Amino acid sequence: MIRTPLRPLARILDARAKGENPDVIERENIAARHEVMRDKDRGRAERRLLMLGFGFFMAFSVIGARMGTLAASEPVEPRTASGGTEITAQRADILDRQGRILATNMLTYSLYAQPHDMVDPVHAATELAAIFPELDAKALERRFTDGRSFLWVRKVLSPEQMQKVHEIGDPGLYFGPREMRLYPNGNLASHVLGGAAFGAEGVDSAEVIGTAGIEKDLDARLRDPAQSGTPLTLSIDLTLQANIEEVLATGMRMMNAKGAAAILMDIHTGEILSLASLPNFDPNDRPASAISGDPSDSPLFNRAVQGVYELGSTFKIFAVAQAMDLGLVNPETLVDANAPMKWGKFTIREFENHNYGPLLSVSDIIAKSSNVGAAHIGLMIGGERQQAFLKSMGLLDPPTAELIEAPGAKALVPDRWSEIVTITASYGHGIASSPLNLAAGYATIANGGIKVTPTLLHSAHHEPGVRLITADTAKACVAMLRRVVTEGTATLANVPGYAVAGKTGTAEKPKKGGGYDHQKVINTFASIFPANDPKYVLVVILDEPVETSGPAPRRTAGWTSVPVAAEIIRRIGPLMGLRPQVETTSLDGLTAVSEPKVSE
Amino acid sequence: MRPLLYVASFLAVLGLAFWAYRENYATQHQLKQMAAVQDEIAKLRDEISLQRAEWAYLNRPERLRDLATLNFDRLGLLPMEPEQLGTSAQVSYPAPPMLKITGTIETEGLLYPMTGAQPNDTATTGTTGKEEQTP
Repeated sequence: MIRTPLRPLARILDARAKGENPDVIERENIAARHEVMRDKDRGRAERRLLMLGFGFFMAFSVIGARMGTLAASEPVEPRTASGGTEITAQRADILDRQGRILATNMLTYSLYAQPHDMVDPVHAATELAAIFPELDAKALERRFTDGRSFLWVRKVLSPEQMQKVHEIGDPGLYFGPREMRLYPNGNLASHVLGGAAFGAEGVDSAEVIGTAGIEKDLDARLRDPAQSGTPLTLSIDLTLQANIEEVLATGMRMMNAKGAAAILMDIHTGEILSLASLPNFDPNDRPASAISGDPSDSPLFNRAVQGVYELGSTFKIFAVAQAMDLGLVNPETLVDANAPMKWGKFTIREFENHNYGPLLSVSDIIAKSSNVGAAHIGLMIGGERQQAFLKSMGLLDPPTAELIEAPGAKALVPDRWSEIVTITASYGHGIASSPLNLAAGYATIANGGIKVTPTLLHSAHHEPGVRLITADTAKACVAMLRRVVTEGTATLANVPGYAVAGKTGTAEKPKKGGGYDHQKVINTFASIFPANDPKYVLVVILDEPVETSGPAPRRTAGWTSVPVAAEIIRRIGPLMGLRPQVETTSLDGLTAVSEPKVSE
Repeated sequence: MRPLLYVASFLAVLGLAFWAYRENYATQHQLKQMAAVQDEIAKLRDEISLQRAEWAYLNRPERLRDLATLNFDRLGLLPMEPEQLGTSAQVSYPAPPMLKITGTIETEGLLYPMTGAQPNDTATTGTTGKEEQTP
């Protein structure tokens, strides 16, 4: 590069000749040179900026284009990944304890229409109305032609219906795949399962959400995609459930009851093997819940869990167990049982105004079901201790099963635990609790005094509960309950081979306006079997039964719930692999046997 | 030497390009096949779940009960009874073959039942003989 000299000799000489300052020329030239350099630098900077801008533009356009394609394209599963881990959007299956299906999913289709694509909306509407009787052709036609661009026609279709819709041949009718919840066993265990419905719906899929029972209570677990491959195993046994529901339905019909419930529970683990409530419903086609009237008249009402009843004499054993545990009495202690008993303005009577007194042993109080005797035992214990004991047994709390209905079944307990409450609570009146709580309480007595938490989930390991009463007390209680069956109020429960122990309970229903309705009763039989080595607890409840085979209608549990429970035990004993056993009685246990009579 | 090297490297590039071209299409083919297999697996899974649902539906206790009632003539099925459970002692095994008695048999016992009236009437009897017993 040829550099322009800063002081060109010709000009300098020329300037000197004219007498000018030659430095001016030098500065001029320096300025000119700087000008050139600045122009070059600016040009380079501009180029660089342009390059940088272009680079940024390209980078952002690549990112933008990628985002655009990601947003616009259909999501695709990474196909190259190896199979094995199964990720499905399905709701997990529900199985019984033997692995039989209680609830599963089925692929079906929903039908929707895009009227803009329709060729002949009028024809399509008439054809659709012919296929689906519940659709109205006129209304459908109006909806097809009122300018909307999308509408649902049906949520689920059977394959036959789908074929018929295909045959209409209208391009505006579309099918969207649907996972449908299916309960193959129909009405069986309907109150446990509850039901499911569609939640948020899209064209390609719909959410299935639980609407009641365990489906709703464990909705998050069932919908969890990580666990959708592992089915939920319930403690329910399908065979036992089917048999119990069958016998219970027959018993309910024979005893002219308006409802019935049964709970079968393992006394050691608290696993509920069967939970039945009649009348029941089909969870595949769950009826709408009743808006008006008594909720307990609806088939959706779960009597075994939601029903909060005064459970009557079945509570006497709790008073006796506590009194024995406190060392106040033993089975032979004689207790004042002189009926009727006056307490303030209240009179406590026995069934049919009997008088089993003046003194009755504790064992006989249970066997004969003496209200007055139980009341005196309650008074010995005292209100505070009694309340604490019933609370520790869980009888004053809502039941704890994995059902959405369970926490709502709050026990009805008076605000103030006065002495009359102590008296009535000791024979099961004045406080109302769920039958499931009663089953758990009897399980505690049957298993030797360990608290039992009822559960519907089958599991190899259960947390052991706390001890509530001593093993000796529990054993003595079971022996007393066995006497109820051999010579007390529940002689009809004497199933040969399965030594049944239990307690009957008859409680009149409270009337709307107050007081009790003598014609409407709740009959309960809480039983433990086999008595010599207790394994299971069965609670049978009949709602407003009346036994009419005798000369006068009978409404006591001994005539209604007890035979039903006996038939259930006779039927399910062999199914559970329980070998019938010959009962051995110790010699000193042989006493004069009273006439078998059934009364409260 | 150099031209040979150029030719060789050109040929190598050509070969590698051909190989890469083939590999590309082979991979795409494999991916397509894999997608097809996975679609089939998904379809089969759906079918299995449908079959399981159908199996459960056909085996629902209500239907089995009705079938047992319908076919009672042929099957004679009744609900299980407690009496049907027994012990192994109740099983009637064939009687063991009797021993052949060939020699002398000596028995010992009381002639009269022991009562207060005849306290001393005890005697020992001996039977001698040959008994041939055939099972």
